[in-house]
This record gives sequence, structure tokens and C-alpha cells, in this order.
Amino acid sequence: MIASESQLQRRQWLSHAMTAGAFLCVLLALVPLVSVLVYIGGEGLRAINLDFFLHLPKPVGEVGGGMANAIVGSLELLALACLFGLPVGILGGVYLSEFGSSKFATAVRFTADVLSGVPSIVVGVFVFTLMVRPMHSFSALAGGVALGILMIPVVMRTTEELMRLVPGSLREAALALGVPRWRTILLVVLANARGGILTGVMLAIARVAGETAPLLFTALGNRFWSFSLKEPISSLPVQIFTYSIAPYDDWHRQAWAGALVLILMVLSLNIAGRLALRRRMEKAR
Amino acid sequence: MNRPETLPGRETAAPAGGGRIEVRGLHAWFGTHQVLHGIDLDFSPRQVTAIIGPSGCGKSTLLRTMNRLHEETPGTRLTGSITLDGEDIHAPGTDAVRLRRDVGMVFQRPNPFPNMSVRDNVLAGFKLNHEKRKDEREILERTLRSAALWDELKDMLHKPGSSLSGGQQQRLCIARALAVEPKVLLMDEPCSALDPVSTNKIEELIFELKKSLTIVIVTHNMQQAARVSDFTAFLMVGKLVEVGATRKIFTSPEQRLTEDYVTGRFG
Ligand SMILES: Nc1ncnc2c1ncn2[C@@H]1O[C@H](COP(=O)(O)OP(=O)(O)OP(=O)(O)O)[C@@H](O)[C@H]1O
Ligand SMILES: [Mg+2]
Repeated sequence: MIASESQLQRRQWLSHAMTAGAFLCVLLALVPLVSVLVYIGGEGLRAINLDFFLHLPKPVGEVGGGMANAIVGSLELLALACLFGLPVGILGGVYLSEFGSSKFATAVRFTADVLSGVPSIVVGVFVFTLMVRPMHSFSALAGGVALGILMIPVVMRTTEELMRLVPGSLREAALALGVPRWRTILLVVLANARGGILTGVMLAIARVAGETAPLLFTALGNRFWSFSLKEPISSLPVQIFTYSIAPYDDWHRQAWAGALVLILMVLSLNIAGRLALRRRMEKAR
Repeated sequence: MNRPETLPGRETAAPAGGGRIEVRGLHAWFGTHQVLHGIDLDFSPRQVTAIIGPSGCGKSTLLRTMNRLHEETPGTRLTGSITLDGEDIHAPGTDAVRLRRDVGMVFQRPNPFPNMSVRDNVLAGFKLNHEKRKDEREILERTLRSAALWDELKDMLHKPGSSLSGGQQQRLCIARALAVEPKVLLMDEPCSALDPVSTNKIEELIFELKKSLTIVIVTHNMQQAARVSDFTAFLMVGKLVEVGATRKIFTSPEQRLTEDYVTGRFG
């Protein structure tokens, strides 16, 4: 049946109304996001200066100083987290996608899903019991492990999903050329899922970069530089937490600056990752 | 059932490279579903054998038993024997990976590696195995030439394999299979996703390639089978109905079923 003129008009009107509605919802979703960014940006920019990046925190009562050690500490903790979390997460994901039909794999998958829902403070307490107590010290190592554990489920499930998306025909193409299965998995399946996995890794890093609770139990915090894995280490989220609950105006200002730096760090992590990805893809052609 | 042990014209001496496949009493299963029921077939060097039959009759499965790709699907099983130049490909000491060097395959849908350049695609058999070859350049040119792609692609060897047209992609996949110098080339409906011009090119290619290879081609296109093959095997529901010289199969087959199928009365 051919639609009449009026029906057509009604459909067009409905289509426009729906488009407008969808657009409105996007705006609505953007409002809190943008206002958080703008507010932190405003407060942070007012508080931030060169000292913030170059100096250690000043003792209580003195004005000035910075969070240089916390910035470096955060980067160190994230690097450690990647060191522990990525191999386990990625290889676990490879296992799930390649041997995913076994009972054991089902159990692993379920555990990963539960783990990704576990409050991060629980992971903090876990690592506290497992590492901090036996070692008799809060440490950068324990902080890195805690963040690494938090990264595992995200990395593992993204790796699995993205490897599954690689067409079976590519796997067969490699096998049919006389490439062993393990090489096929690594060089064809994993390589083709690489871009997506990298995005997943960046998301995981971005997620743990702002974690505070697990670090309170593991890396603790440090007012000074620390370059030992066995000692407590400062980090931006913990420093922001400590400063914003303190009763000093100058510390509040610095907490805003810290928040801004943390956000910019996550953002630049994302951008850097994406750029690297694009460059590699351009090199491939 | 007509399962001649030797076929007229099949006794041609094998070239030095070999590449003779003998399938005997082959049964194959997916889980509990039996797909092949006792297949006996020979594939000789320098001959093109076409496998025809209705959809789902087990043509692809038969092809995939010959490079042991069948067993890569979980839950599959097979009995019977397949020999390549007299050696059982399923013998305990035999390596499926090694076998696949000798028995190349081209799939129904072109499947170049999208993250690799044209050049790396052709050399994938070496690159993915981290095999360094000094004569990469020669291999590249030789195989691209024999896949009739050199003139078209020599200036875009660094483009990704996925940026080519469908027909070029399929010929790239043929080049990729040829680069590792197989003795046998299995082709599973290599033209079904292609236009007539590309199909024509691939058929011409088959004529060239059969000078040095054993070629097995699955096709749904009767004209194609008639054009390119020396022998034709007709399969139905996992059984070999008839095999013989292509001309005979298409003009005076011995089985009624075969005649009905090749004349398009069913299938
Ligand atoms: N991965 C699989 N799992 C289970 N059954 C399968 C699988 N692949 C094929 N089969 C079954 O095996 C039988 C033969 O399949 P096959 O692909 O060999 O047929 P074919 O002759 O190549 O068909 P077509 O002409 O459509 O390609 C079919 O009944 C099909 O349902
Ligand atoms: Mg098929």
C-alpha cells in the first residue's frame, strides 16, 4: 500500500520530532559533564602555577609548594599497574577467546565480571592483607598491584570481545598457510584486535588513574620524593583527597589544581594513545 | 556407486614436486552429524579436479580434510585415510602445520590480512613464521606475476591488502598461497564472490597454475567446472556419486543422478 500524503507528512514530522528529542537528550547528558569540566578548569587554573609542578608540598601552615612528587608518583603507580595488570589481562583475554568453551573459562569469565563490580576499596584491603602486612610497610609496589588488579577485568573482557570480533576467515587464512596456531593467535588475531584492545587498555588506565580508596590502603602517600618500590609513595588522587578534607584554604586551592592535572593527565593519555594508534595504522599502509 | 580405482588419463607421471592425493574410505563428522560417508578419490598432479554437488553435501568439508583444517573446528572427527605422495597425512608423526605448506588453500571469500600491506600479504607465509628470506623480492614478483597481479599492483605494494577490489583481493590470496610453493592448491568456490571479468582472470590463472600443481576446485558453476577441470567429482549428501573425466561427466555420465544435476534438473 502506498502511504497517503498526510501519512507521509506525519511520518516526516515524527522523524523531525524524534531527531530533536535525541539531540535534546544529548545536550542534557552533556550539561553535567561540561559543567564539571568547566568548574574544575576554572578553579584549577586559578590555583595552578609553575611551583605546583616543581615543588614538594610545604609543611602545614606554610603557603605555596606543589605536588611534583604526587604527579610523578601517580605516573609510577600507573606504570606498575600496567606491568602487573596488562600481561594477566591480555593473556587472560586471549585464553578466554581461544579456549572459552571450557568450564574453567566460564568460571574465569564469571570471576572477572564479579571482580569488575567489586568496590575498589575491597581490592585495597585485599592487597593490604596480602602485601602490606607481611612486608610491614605501605609501598609503591602494593599500590601498583592494587591498581593492576583493578585493571585486569576490563582489559581481559575487552581483549576477549575484540578477539572474537576478528573474522574466523583470517585465522583460517593463516592456519592454511602453515602458520602454527599460537603464532596465528598472536600475529593475526591479536594483531587485528590491537587497535580496540589499546583503546580498552587506555580506558582501564583512565579508570584506575583516579582511584583513591585502594591507594589509601597500599601506597598510602608521602610528603617527599620516593624512588623505592618498598616505600609509601605519593599519588595525585590521595593528595587531592588529603588536601581537600584539610581545613586550609591554600590546600583546597591546590586540591583543585591537582584535580585539573589529574583530568588533563587522563585526557592526554587518551590522546597520546589514539595518536600512536593512528601513526601505526598509517605506517601499515 | 562408481568408484574406479584408476581413471583414464590419471596415470600421468607425477612431476618431481609430487602432489598426488589419495583419499580412501573417508568419513567425517561435525559432532554427531556425519557429513562425509566413505569417500574414495584421487587427485593427480597437473590436473584440475572439480568437486560439484548441491549445497551442504560436504564439498568444503572434503576440501578441508585434505589440509587438516577440518580438525581445527572443535568437536569434529574423521576416519579413513588421506595420503599425500604416499604418506598418510594423519600419521602420528605428521605435522599439520608442515602439511599445510604443501597443501595451500583459497577460500570462498577473499581474506587478505587487513593489517598487512600487499607485499606482506604475499609474503605472509614467511613473515608470520618469522622466516627470513633473502629472495623476498623475487618471490614477491614471481608470485604476483603468476597471480596476474604484478602489473596492476607493482606500484602499490605498500597499500593495505584490504584496499584492493574483490577480484584483486582473491588473486592476492592466490599469490599468498603460491608464495610458500605448495604442491596442491585447494580452491573453495574461489569465484563465487566475484564479477565475470575477475572470474575469467582466475580461470585463466588456473590453466597456468595446473602446469605445476595439483588443483582441486569446488564450484557451483557447472560451466566453470566444464571449462577449467580435467576431472569432475559429483557429491551428494556426503557420498561420492560419480567421478570421471569432465567431458564424460557433462555429456554421458553413468549415473542418472549426475545427469540430472549437471543438466540443472535439481540442485
Ligand atoms: N562448523 C560446522 N559445524 C557444524 N556443522 C557444520 C559445520 N560446517 C558445516 N557443517 C555441516 O556439514 C555439512 C556439509 O557442509 P559443507 O560446508 O561441507 O557443505 P558444502 O558442500 O561445502 O556446501 P556449500 O555448497 O553450501 O558450500 C552441512 O550439512 C553443514 O550443515
Ligand atoms: Mg562450501
